[in-house]
Amino acid sequence: MKQLLYLSLQYVRYHRIKLLVLTFAITLVSWLPIAIQSIVDQATEELLDRADRTPLVIGAPGSPLELSLGSLYFRSRTSTTLPYAEVAALEKTGLARAIPLYYRFRVQDYPVVGTSPDYFEYRDLKIAMGRQVAILGEAVIGAKVANTMGLGVGDQIVTSSESVFDLAGVYPLKMPVVGVLAPAFSPDDEAVFVDVKTSWVIQGLGHGHQELNRSEALGQILRREDDNIIANASVRQYNEITVDNLDSFHFHANNADNPISAIIPVPNDNKSAALLLGQYQEERQDVQIVRSQRVIGELLNTVFTVRDYIVVGVALVAIATAIVALLVFYLSLQSRDGERYTLARIGAGRFQVRVLMAAEIVTVLVVSAVLTSLLVLATRRYGMALMQELLLT
Amino acid sequence: MSLELEGLRFSYGREDFNLYLPSLTIQPGETVALVGPSGSGKTTLLNLIAGILVSEHGSIHLSGLELSALSARQRRRQRLTGIGMIFQSFELLDYLDVSDNILLQARLAPGKKITPELEARAQNIAAELGLADKWHRRVTALSQGERQRVAACRALLLDPPLVLADEPTGNLDPENKQAVLDLLIELCKRDHRILLTVTHDHSLLPSFDRVLDMAELLREVGSGA
Repeated sequence: MKQLLYLSLQYVRYHRIKLLVLTFAITLVSWLPIAIQSIVDQATEELLDRADRTPLVIGAPGSPLELSLGSLYFRSRTSTTLPYAEVAALEKTGLARAIPLYYRFRVQDYPVVGTSPDYFEYRDLKIAMGRQVAILGEAVIGAKVANTMGLGVGDQIVTSSESVFDLAGVYPLKMPVVGVLAPAFSPDDEAVFVDVKTSWVIQGLGHGHQELNRSEALGQILRREDDNIIANASVRQYNEITVDNLDSFHFHANNADNPISAIIPVPNDNKSAALLLGQYQEERQDVQIVRSQRVIGELLNTVFTVRDYIVVGVALVAIATAIVALLVFYLSLQSRDGERYTLARIGAGRFQVRVLMAAEIVTVLVVSAVLTSLLVLATRRYGMALMQELLLT
Repeated sequence: MSLELEGLRFSYGREDFNLYLPSLTIQPGETVALVGPSGSGKTTLLNLIAGILVSEHGSIHLSGLELSALSARQRRRQRLTGIGMIFQSFELLDYLDVSDNILLQARLAPGKKITPELEARAQNIAAELGLADKWHRRVTALSQGERQRVAACRALLLDPPLVLADEPTGNLDPENKQAVLDLLIELCKRDHRILLTVTHDHSLLPSFDRVLDMAELLREVGSGA
């Protein structure tokens, strides 16, 4: 048998290109349907799990899907906002706690999520290193952000500017990392968390600059109008909030008017949730309240339909590939008639001839099966991230 | 170690072909050319001796062993180890190099191991046939003459007492024909092997100890194709 395997190996080596192409084709059509099913299953589980844990979301009128994807996965960059006053309005109902979310800005590819300390408790997020955000301008980063950007406590991150040439636009803010979250295996791993007021500073709604009341600032004053001091362009605005300049940061507008992307209501109980839903749906036209499970469920229905079409398509390709593979094997066996004849003439047994003839088929099938298994394992490991990229960006 | 055929009868079940050979003996070390027109039964006779075909009557003895009494499995084993076969179209495997083609029969023979001694023997025979520097070449990269030498090496490797060659020079140019045949005859004679060769090339006949005309052989006994 060892000698037969040796001879078979020589045949496989000699015809490696043909067998490689065949193996690749069979592997691909075997793996694709399994991979699609696996990814969709994982995505479904993950998406529904997050939606189950966040049954209600409040946002500005618009797309419920955008609102759900944004508030659950921070994947939306929708510009619709609602005033921060809605947080107080929700709390005032006495039916739920309100957790504000403002996810407009980014650090590289990672969303900057302005929120309140309640969010960490609500999502059961633990600090692995450092501490929670204590003052304006500090950031706590998710485990994946820390890992991929190589950041830790004491490092600094800089927000991405939205526009380089817009003088009134959003400019980078340098923030110290004061804490790193333990892995949560959720979108929270890929987010940078700040206080919601820090988000407003990033937006330019709050700022800090040199104190103009001081005598050394005389050269930077353009004119005085009643209580107002009009400064010239030489006044230095801070792009970093430090302990030294913290006191100079202020908001000119009323915080209640500042924007947020969404509110996560945390109802006191099921009855409160039902009352809240009814109250907002019937009485409020200027905001929308959505049931995340329903929205994500509808999204998944679309995904399932697409998946079914893809699986049918892949199944047809698989059938075509199987027919081509059979044809290749058949023609290959036919082309080896002379070899079979020779082997029989020099005295090889039927079993020996069969083993040699079957070598290429067995090799292709076994290697394809091994490769397919490895690909399926890889899909189970990385498929979810891929699905999120495809589905949510 | 002689080859003895007695009362050999074979037909393909057709009216137009009946082979009957009352008696033929070939001595060890004897080289015999088998000539005759196409369809006279030359290749059939080789196949009967090799055990590829089975005679209806008669016996074939090689070195005291009655080949015609062996089972199919035993005949196959006898072909692998006891009979060297050389074909007109060489019958080499393209996906094996020279060394593996020479060792092919040994690899297929039950209980046979590819020992360093066997490999050394194969290399010696290859060197004697002028293939020393072609040991790891693909057979597809060889000339026709070189390929037939590889086939001859394969046939001689396991030291068979009988070598059957079916038009071994049929695909070779005139220079290679004589050279390959001379080498084959020399090696068979040196080791006292019987060489039974089917050939159509009358220019080669003087090289053989004996020439058997199939038509005459069968006519003598009143039968044939």
